Amino acid sequence: MTPAALDLSPLRRAAAWHPAEFAFWLLPPAAYFLFPDYLALLSQIAITALFVLSLDLILGYAGIVSLGQAAFFGLGAYAAGMLGKYGWGDPLLGLAAAAGVAGLIGFVTSFLVLRGADLTRLMVTLGVSMMLFEAANKMTDITGGVDGLQGIEMKPIFGAFSFDLYGKTAYWYTVIVLFLLFLLARRLVNSPFGLSLRGIKQNVLRMPAIGAPVHGRLVTIYTLAAAYAGIAGALLTQTTQFASVDVLAFNRSAEILLILVLGGSGSLYGALIGTVFFMVAHHFLSDINPQYWQFWLGATLVLIVLFARDGIMGLGRAAVARLGRKAP
Amino acid sequence: MTIVFDGVAAGMLLFLISIGLSVTLGLMNFVNLAHGAFAMLGGYVCVLLLGQAGWPFLLAVPTAAAAAALAGVVLERTLYRRLYAASHLDQVLFSIGIVFMSISAAHYFFGARQQPIMLPDFLLGQFVLPGIDVGIYRLFLIVIGLGLAYGLHWMVRRTRFGAQLRAAVDNPRAARGLGIDVDRVFTLAFALGSGLAGLGGALGVEMLGLDPGFPVKYMVYFLIVVAVGGSGNIHGSLIASLMLGLFDVCGKYYLPQVGAFIIYAVMVVMLIFKPQGLFGRSAAK
Repeated sequence: MTPAALDLSPLRRAAAWHPAEFAFWLLPPAAYFLFPDYLALLSQIAITALFVLSLDLILGYAGIVSLGQAAFFGLGAYAAGMLGKYGWGDPLLGLAAAAGVAGLIGFVTSFLVLRGADLTRLMVTLGVSMMLFEAANKMTDITGGVDGLQGIEMKPIFGAFSFDLYGKTAYWYTVIVLFLLFLLARRLVNSPFGLSLRGIKQNVLRMPAIGAPVHGRLVTIYTLAAAYAGIAGALLTQTTQFASVDVLAFNRSAEILLILVLGGSGSLYGALIGTVFFMVAHHFLSDINPQYWQFWLGATLVLIVLFARDGIMGLGRAAVARLGRKAP
Repeated sequence: MTIVFDGVAAGMLLFLISIGLSVTLGLMNFVNLAHGAFAMLGGYVCVLLLGQAGWPFLLAVPTAAAAAALAGVVLERTLYRRLYAASHLDQVLFSIGIVFMSISAAHYFFGARQQPIMLPDFLLGQFVLPGIDVGIYRLFLIVIGLGLAYGLHWMVRRTRFGAQLRAAVDNPRAARGLGIDVDRVFTLAFALGSGLAGLGGALGVEMLGLDPGFPVKYMVYFLIVVAVGGSGNIHGSLIASLMLGLFDVCGKYYLPQVGAFIIYAVMVVMLIFKPQGLFGRSAAK
């Protein structure tokens, strides 16, 4: 008996590269030449984008609500920082170690997180990250506490490109890491594995019935997202050569959640575009008045939840659809 | 013993504030992270009435609760009710938005400093029993907390409104079919929840302090109480907040180097063994 032939062409088309995507990835090199004075900010954007991407993988695709993603960001940041401090300053080694440590802890805690429903997950992820924060805060002789980890020295990448004062190397380094991990994530979400995650998000009861191992899939993606967050944390430590308990703070977890919703969860480009909007607005508006910024951030969130559930990407899609109707 | 007493008082204060949350989050199943914002409003109203207008304490506190309840009604009518059917994530984001706005508004009107509160003389001081120092204000909090716990329990279980509320939460359609005005019941329940938050906020200024960061600083505590206590019941919240207060105060006395680590560890462990909370309804509701 042969299985019924399935028409997979819509899925293949979704997995193919759209011209707009090529254009999007021309932006980071263009930004390098257009805004040479803002390279530090641009590196920050790339790092945050990777961090938001990690949340998008679990929340946007698999539907796991988390308020504790900063736990893995912080683990990665400290892993890379420790290596750099004790003479193992090779950046790629740092990234691998950060991904390993964050992934391992992600794997272990995934079994706790995946019990229970939304609210319980929210509280457990929050609790795990707060415990790490408190632990790092108290173990000042290892982590440096609030003062941070001092004396991190980074070696040149591949022994050839050393980190310079202007942040040029740091920028290219973060952007290339982001791009490579984005490619991996893109490949992943369009694979059968990614489709099964979306299925779990939509109907968690039906997926076992068609033979998808729900628990295994969720553990895998949670571990992978933890590794992504760890790499983002390592990038932050390596490019700023500093890490303090701030990397584990609750604000970070809440902030990336806001960014993801602003951009549109369940879409990889939503994560990236949301980050760009958020970081640029934050940089310029909070200079004017920090309170003012917070008020409008809150108001934007309320409006998004009420009227634009899929964020910027959703608005963009709606606009494209409307244009398409007007010009047949 | 004094430490245990302080722990119980701290727990009772947490209970006073989070009991309102167990009405909105617990009974109505709305993840309202902005609960602390209502408590903060109650606190500011109370401080203003006491300090600037010179009202007596026992009048200012109920007025603060009423102001928070009023704010609750207005927000429920205009915004919250659109989100009853939304996912938990949307509710979280929406209420975080409200929290941010309330923080900036508090900054704008009152500035960043801590607000002082003057308690009336009859609540100051302490008396000594064998082996235990009893702060009068703390005793006052414990009495009020127990009274409220009993009153609410009675209201939800024994009154007509309580029955209507439970019916409206369990099955809004059937409740409508029976002629219950579900919208009105929800508005009243939300007002009750935010009013209790305002009451807790007003009473808590003395022990927790009051500044614009209040809603975020204590949000986690309130959520822990509801998550651990299990949603939708009052004695669960009471026991959870007493435990939390005891663990927190005792932890800070006996193991200061571990600090707040304890309560998070307790919470995570509890949720792993009892994902529905201590006294939660079963998942198969």
